[in-house]
Amino acid sequence: MKQDWEMVIGLEIHVRLDTESKLFSGMKASYGSSPNSQVSFLDAGLPGTLPVINQKALEYAIRFGLSVDATIPPVTIFARKNYFYPDLPKGYQISQMDHPIVGKGHLMIQTDAGEKRIDITRAHLEEDAGKSIHDKYDQYSAIDLNRAGTPLIEVVSEPQMSNAKEAVAFMREIYTRVTHLGICDGNLQEGSFRCDANVSVRPKGQTTLGTRAEIKNLNSFRFIEKAINHEAKRQIKRLEAGEKVVQETRLYDADKDQTRSMRSKEDANDYRYFPDPDQLPITISAAMIEAQKAHLPEFPASKIKRYTTELGIKADDATIIANDIAMVKFFEYSLAHSKAAPDLNAKFLLGEFSALLNAHSQSIDNSQIDADAYSGLLDELQAGTVSRKVAKQILDDMWASGKSAAQIIDEQDLGQISDSSALTALIDELINDHPEQVASYRSGNDKMFNFFVGQIMKKTKGQANPVQTKQLLEDKLNNE
Amino acid sequence: MINLTIRQMAGLLAEKSISVQELNGVFYDRCRAHNASTNALITLNDELNAAEILHAQQAIDVGNHWLAGIPLVHKDLFCTQGIKTTCGSNMLANFISPYNATVVDRLGQAGMVSLGKANMDEFAMGSSNEHSAFGPVGNPWDLTRVPGGSSGGSAAAVAARMVPVATGSDTGGSIRQPAALCGITGIKPSYGRVSRYGMVAFASSLDQAGVMAVSADDCALVLSAMSGHDPLDSTSAHASTWAWEKPQDTELKDLKVGVTRAWIDALEDPDIKQRTWQAIEQLQDQGAQIIDIELPHADLAVSAYYVLAPAECSSNLSRFDGVRFGHQAEGVNDLESLYRQSRTEGFGEEVKKRIMIGAWALSSGYYDAYYLQAQKVRRLISNDFKQAFAQVDVIACPVSPETAFEHGAKADGVSMYQADQFTLPASLAGLPCLSMPIGFSQGQNGRLPIGLQLVGRYFDEQTILSVADKYQQTTDHHLQLPEAFQ
Repeated sequence: MKQDWEMVIGLEIHVRLDTESKLFSGMKASYGSSPNSQVSFLDAGLPGTLPVINQKALEYAIRFGLSVDATIPPVTIFARKNYFYPDLPKGYQISQMDHPIVGKGHLMIQTDAGEKRIDITRAHLEEDAGKSIHDKYDQYSAIDLNRAGTPLIEVVSEPQMSNAKEAVAFMREIYTRVTHLGICDGNLQEGSFRCDANVSVRPKGQTTLGTRAEIKNLNSFRFIEKAINHEAKRQIKRLEAGEKVVQETRLYDADKDQTRSMRSKEDANDYRYFPDPDQLPITISAAMIEAQKAHLPEFPASKIKRYTTELGIKADDATIIANDIAMVKFFEYSLAHSKAAPDLNAKFLLGEFSALLNAHSQSIDNSQIDADAYSGLLDELQAGTVSRKVAKQILDDMWASGKSAAQIIDEQDLGQISDSSALTALIDELINDHPEQVASYRSGNDKMFNFFVGQIMKKTKGQANPVQTKQLLEDKLNNE
Repeated sequence: MINLTIRQMAGLLAEKSISVQELNGVFYDRCRAHNASTNALITLNDELNAAEILHAQQAIDVGNHWLAGIPLVHKDLFCTQGIKTTCGSNMLANFISPYNATVVDRLGQAGMVSLGKANMDEFAMGSSNEHSAFGPVGNPWDLTRVPGGSSGGSAAAVAARMVPVATGSDTGGSIRQPAALCGITGIKPSYGRVSRYGMVAFASSLDQAGVMAVSADDCALVLSAMSGHDPLDSTSAHASTWAWEKPQDTELKDLKVGVTRAWIDALEDPDIKQRTWQAIEQLQDQGAQIIDIELPHADLAVSAYYVLAPAECSSNLSRFDGVRFGHQAEGVNDLESLYRQSRTEGFGEEVKKRIMIGAWALSSGYYDAYYLQAQKVRRLISNDFKQAFAQVDVIACPVSPETAFEHGAKADGVSMYQADQFTLPASLAGLPCLSMPIGFSQGQNGRLPIGLQLVGRYFDEQTILSVADKYQQTTDHHLQLPEAFQ
């Protein structure tokens, strides 16, 4: 039965812009300050206050538009969306309606069936509302207006995704862009990047759209996939039972893995949008757009190409690094600040270093070892002072102590033994002590070679330079 | 002393014939003496502000500025730090703003001394000052009659010489009409000339702060100090700083004055009609060339305005919800009741009516037919003015079709709206316009002031003020005082 149905998904993604100040008030916009400590007279909706656009937010929105090959219309206009709620102090949200800052654009997503183009209808600027806190006091709700007026762009896609995976792929593409552009901190937990999904189903082959439901406020890639799949199943179940899908807004409950109705279309507000008379239409000049082009970063696709062709990094490794802006920053810093070969760097970063982060459940931007210290360790590795095995131990020590690699190597005498006379002496001693094994090797038992390597490593606690050790062993064993 | 122009008072202050304290004392005493009968002020300061007096006296002592030491009152929709800003509403009866409006700051910096806050129609909605939660205002020429509105308190205070100057705001005529009805001079500058920051909004795309005073020269001096770009108001123009150049003579040679003959001929009040033509002839006598013009879409102004202004007000007044400031209803148990009850108790009937009209005009299904249509009409009216100003430098026309009417005479709201017909076109076009006294009626209603409106090109306050100043150099209508207030 299920093969007969097809999902149609459109997304509205809210991206909080990482500007110093709010969209219209000049008040600081940082997250996590004590309640109502970042509230200007305008943010509180005091009589007589007026909005003044934050130029940075305009620039960020234009950069986003350019990153999805969108048209940037020459004039953009703010509009008021009117509704009453205590965390909306002015009684309206300043948003955009007919003249958004970003027009039609598109991007490509990877699907099981190959590349797919998803069109972007528009992206507009708007201010966020404050926060209502309902569980703090028994009889009252608390309002925190720190968030009120912080800048968002809302990215609206065409309903062109046909399964939850494609929706996630689209969301990731947008996420990658805004984080690489540096216009969003990408913090999902803090709500810097959240998504509403419009989901409908229809019999495969049908061209008209089914009735849709909107799932609100999804803020994790995992939840959005589950929520969409769950919602589609719910709709199919209804349709197969001969019932209708009601156009409504639904909330996803991650704990129960289900969606529940929030309000139906009939209950929906009439927002009475109209152009904000406190602001004149804003002209976006060609020069302004041109200036923003200079701020466009290298996006993952071209990074991957450069990493593989110019730096000789494996395609898989290049992809993982290039898609994560925090890792990109770390990696490119260490490329510039260490003498290590790029492929060694990439392998060590995705191997030992990532394992260490996982062990401490930390993301790379919260690493106890910064890119500078990491680069120091890479240099020791590249120079052959330590082996990768010892380097791994040093990482642990660096994490715990905050010391540099060089300091740890020095203090614990962990440097590799690359002194050939010292190694030769050890090898001579070994050959003298194990005449039977020597004889066995010389009579053709090649496997015995590893025994000698192992013994040397044991004697040196792993500090013998492995390449040199093998070379010297071969010389001694084969030439007598 | 009380019937002097700003320049005359500034002269006395400069030559130390009188101190700032003494001058302000005279007007402060008049405020105390006459507020009971006029009700022109909602708030009269408990005493003269010593810091302002000192600041003004120091400015004078170092030879600064015409305005230093000149007393004034602000219309009670300009936010004043530490002093109540009621907007004539129960909603804000006890509201004290934590900041000053830009206009208040600029005039304070210029050394003007604020004596209090003027009465007004609630949230500037009305043309009679009868829609004030703090009671109606008496017109100093006849206390049984209205002073006009919404800046009725400001107009009455100046007419009674309780102060020589008052600030006002004009959305659809709220400076010009009360100025006309009270026999004083009042200017609404071009939209964007003066910052709206801290002026509680009624209809943001129309609201402009302006000045009401005895003469055009007084208005111009104060407007010069008020004008200029304000980074806190995105609609204030960048090139809005302006300095008044007072004309040296009374010649109006080379000036082309446009006249909307049809408007004047249609006036029902014979006194207004006669005085209007007489004033136009006076301009002609001074050398002006009179040219008939037409504003073909101007008769749609009332309909368009009473969609657009309520639409904006319905949104602007949403913030008065009883949650953070202003009137909060008691004894309610849920959010919706808090909103409903606070707004029901806090707003007066006229405000509620306009919020309803505006919300309806913006609502889904009606937006195109009303709001959008009204915007198109607004554009057409603007274009009418553009065409007219290709031929003329100034347009002279009536301010109000009637002189001051008795309190309660107009129970019918629509007829009050229709009386705005001559002031609304220039408001919708954002043009500078003023009202100046041109004489008095003599009929059965007694001796009541009549005004003439002068409309100028966008950002050309200089020309209309010059014409008014030259007219006032040769006439004395603006210097007449009501008997009870001499």
